[in-house]
Amino acid sequence: MEETIVRSAAEIARDVNARTTSAAEVTAATLAHAQAVEGEVGSYLTLLRDIAESHARHVDERVRNGAHLPLAGVPIAVKDNMCLENTRTTCGSKILEHWIAPYTATAVARMLEAGAVPIGKANCDEFAMGSSCENSALGVTRNPYDLTRVPGGSSGGSAAAVAAYEAAIGLGSDTGGSIREPGAFCNLIGFKPTYGRISRYGLIAFASSLDQIGPLTRTVQDAALAYDAMAGYDVMDATSIDRPVEPAASGLREDLSGLRVGLVREFDTKVLGEESDALYRSAYRDLERLGAELVDVSLPTADYGLATYYLIAPAECSSNLARFDGVRYGLRVEGEDVRAMYDKTRAAGFGPEVKRRILIGTHALSSGYYDAYYVRAQKARTLIARDFAAAFAGCDLIACPAASCPAFEFNAKSDPYSMYLMDYYTIPMSLAGLPALSVPCGWVTPEGASRPMPIGLQLAAPLFAERLLLGAAHAYERATNHARAHKPELAGVRA
Amino acid sequence: MTPDTIDIRYVAKLARIALTDEEIERFSKELADLLGHVNALSELDTASVPATAQVVESRNVGREDTVRPCLDREVVLTGAPQRQGAFFRVPRILAE
Amino acid sequence: MTQYEAVIGVECHVELKTQTKMFCGCLNEFGGEPNTKTCPVCLGMPGALPVPNEQALTHIVRTGLAFGAEIPTFSKFDRKNYFYPDMPKDYQISQYDMPLTVGGEVTYWLDDGSLKSCRLTRIHLEEDTGKSTHAGSGDGRIAGSSYSLLDFNRAGVPLMECVSEPELHSARDAVAYLESLRRTLLALGVSDVKMEEGSLRCDANVSVRPAGSDRLGTKTEIKNMNSFRSVERAIESEIARQIGLLESGGRIVQETRGWDELKGVTHSMRSKEEAHDYRYFPDPDLVPLEISRELVDRLQAALPAMPWRRFERYTKEYGLAVNAATQLTDNLSLAQYFDDVVARSRNPQQSSNFVLGELSRLANETGVAVADSKVGVGHLAELIELVEGKKINSKIAKDLLVRMWGGAGSPKALVEREGLAQTSDPAAIERFVDEVLAANEKVVAEYRAGKTNVLGFLVGQVMKASRGKADPALANELVKTKLA
Repeated sequence: MEETIVRSAAEIARDVNARTTSAAEVTAATLAHAQAVEGEVGSYLTLLRDIAESHARHVDERVRNGAHLPLAGVPIAVKDNMCLENTRTTCGSKILEHWIAPYTATAVARMLEAGAVPIGKANCDEFAMGSSCENSALGVTRNPYDLTRVPGGSSGGSAAAVAAYEAAIGLGSDTGGSIREPGAFCNLIGFKPTYGRISRYGLIAFASSLDQIGPLTRTVQDAALAYDAMAGYDVMDATSIDRPVEPAASGLREDLSGLRVGLVREFDTKVLGEESDALYRSAYRDLERLGAELVDVSLPTADYGLATYYLIAPAECSSNLARFDGVRYGLRVEGEDVRAMYDKTRAAGFGPEVKRRILIGTHALSSGYYDAYYVRAQKARTLIARDFAAAFAGCDLIACPAASCPAFEFNAKSDPYSMYLMDYYTIPMSLAGLPALSVPCGWVTPEGASRPMPIGLQLAAPLFAERLLLGAAHAYERATNHARAHKPELAGVRA
Repeated sequence: MTPDTIDIRYVAKLARIALTDEEIERFSKELADLLGHVNALSELDTASVPATAQVVESRNVGREDTVRPCLDREVVLTGAPQRQGAFFRVPRILAE
Repeated sequence: MTQYEAVIGVECHVELKTQTKMFCGCLNEFGGEPNTKTCPVCLGMPGALPVPNEQALTHIVRTGLAFGAEIPTFSKFDRKNYFYPDMPKDYQISQYDMPLTVGGEVTYWLDDGSLKSCRLTRIHLEEDTGKSTHAGSGDGRIAGSSYSLLDFNRAGVPLMECVSEPELHSARDAVAYLESLRRTLLALGVSDVKMEEGSLRCDANVSVRPAGSDRLGTKTEIKNMNSFRSVERAIESEIARQIGLLESGGRIVQETRGWDELKGVTHSMRSKEEAHDYRYFPDPDLVPLEISRELVDRLQAALPAMPWRRFERYTKEYGLAVNAATQLTDNLSLAQYFDDVVARSRNPQQSSNFVLGELSRLANETGVAVADSKVGVGHLAELIELVEGKKINSKIAKDLLVRMWGGAGSPKALVEREGLAQTSDPAAIERFVDEVLAANEKVVAEYRAGKTNVLGFLVGQVMKASRGKADPALANELVKTKLA
């Protein structure tokens, strides 16, 4: 069984298409393994046993009928903020704890069409707000590399599922780093494409102008396969971009010759501690060794990313989450009139972090504060995007850390702002809409930890340069192979 | 820029979230703290900078006026917290 | 005693006529079983996204152009945030500071035929809400109800908001403005504009001030008017109330007032003391709109004739009465038919008489529109020519028209084939007169005895004897001469 579950998505698809194995076998093995490790990891809020089995049979039938499916039989974890028809879709919130989605998100539908098999709906921070998965109201997810630590967030369940071999691909959503940070925490590729490249239809909105779906995978090639399956214009999403997709899976490179990689002058890795600093320096040298020319770039306004983000994202969320009002679906707490019903429903249905963001966002949009907060943040966003444009005039890719530290222990970040700082390096790219990913770049042993934890290198590219980005990440992954250095210590997985 | 204050009661009323006294105290402090951090933006000279609402330039994305299937009413109403026959039901609406 | 002047502004919401809703593919259709025309988008379900209906955008731009509005190059959608159970997302997608059209004016006319105009502030596009039915109180009113029922069929229907400047000065002007707005929207084909179905809803802002003053008085907003008649009555009543209040030393309070159709008065609904904080911001689910000059030019060139211009032509050029001109203007297909008849007959008055008279009567009786009837414009023009040339009299013309309605074809051919041409030959008519007088000796005697009102009967008998062909005037004259 272990041989089956540790295979990459590319290998599974190859074998299922060649009919040396079947989607049904892969699905059965994955479900059995998930059953065995879920008690420890807790990746999923809902296991889709019946749906997975019936999808797998359908995939096998399509393959038998001659179809070649790029993701044939590949087990996937779907973050529970994406709709899948007739399944519970909770967003990690009590307010949607029992909601059954009546339709399927475009990105999920495209994965299924490509042959993927949905194993379960993965845990996440409530409404994707958080960096540790601790904000989920419905379950605890642990980091498969150290069960005393968080998997990162908000796509923590999808990350943990892939790291623990409960799926080969995890679908996540990234608003300020919610794919890249858990990717770094769980020794994975965490890839956020250009804003608008993958349809958001059916992705339960946190901050509409920032949200973007992307994959969490154990290899760059798998990320490219998932991207190729999902990317492209969707008539159901007016912000999806109507522009041809350059396939990424055919653009994987073995070296970086001819590429200029920008190192951000303002991002001094010394502040991350000696061990991490050394690993990032060595990662940059590896890029150079692969043929890249390292150049110095400046992002003078990147330091304002957090402030900008923590106005724009909450403002949008305050409006996006208004619809959870107890009228048409979801939780209702009765009240003597409709306003009392709203007040009680939303008080009981939302957790503290969601309330915080709704409140700050409402404030930022309210009369008298709009210009000082929201408009100013939108202007700062322009400056940040301009900084990147100027930087990319002198380089092809930017390299920097993916997160401020490795996976931390539960309850380590009790102050909200210290949690927000986790996304310091990922937020600027989100604000600029850029494609970016995290790729494992080494292992550190945090103070008091019993085993080493992975850290991630972030690579970012200009808008729509996904093919180049994934191609370069592939060369780095092949040359360094950091991800293979350690395995999660879980039942059924040999160290 | 604006002082780091936030009228939590007013904002909670706009956002329709009932807060306990303990929450009011806690959120007031936490959000004032956060506003202190975001006030760093006042250091940026943005006087002549246009605001960005959508970071990827795109215009006029619409759809043709053609009919798509609706949801089945039973599916729609099954998820309702309260229904009465073919309708959603809510407690009385007070005049504004 | 102070003379007062009323100042009125009208705000209209008009549901656009499209196949589908504003942001989703659900059918845009009045009525139907509750909650059967909904989808994840118009129910505001988690994850659903709006995509604008291009037809609705075009409708607004055309409407703006029809009123001479400016069409800015850039426009966008904003969210208006407030909680209400019939609004699925608890925000309305609307337009705040960059509406699709700015300015323009509505030209309207009064009963005396005078043309006036009222400037528009703006026209913008938004989405309609669902419908609430207030239950548990017995009278369907919100006050005293114990719960409400929601139907979202209407949620997301494209809605045009059209705001006038406060430039109307009487209830009659306000209604004339609305009538003109309605006619124009019908001519453009952008809405059914039916107040009874709610596809036109309007509120009025009313204030009064001493005549001659250029300062605006405190205004009230009048709601719940569901016909043009009630708009007129409500505004009249509100003006009288405000003047009465000022005369008695009172003060007008800025507030929303509801019109009570039965009692014929407005009553206070809520005070505007507490301003709403709608937290408008650009909708991040939608991208900006850029209206190209090419599109504007193309739409401008394809606009239909404006009703007020038609009215002006009918009254000023054709000399039609205000009533006739209005009736024609109000019925687009009839007006088009009328124009085509006039183009051939060159006789607007006679054409209007036939079209609004006998033809409209036949249309009402049969339920077939004049323009769709078997009476071709060429044939009607022939008929008018026959009447004008005194070839046939009006009685024959009427008979012929009924037969033409039934498909009899060319009236000229009928007249020739059946020898229906009017007889103006005195000798021929004299023969009929002699016959009639001989056959009605008693009546003739009565006449000669002074009962002159029997003359009509005798002339009628002559007409009958001639099978209607005799020139009635000549027949009349001859009978008189013979009896003298």
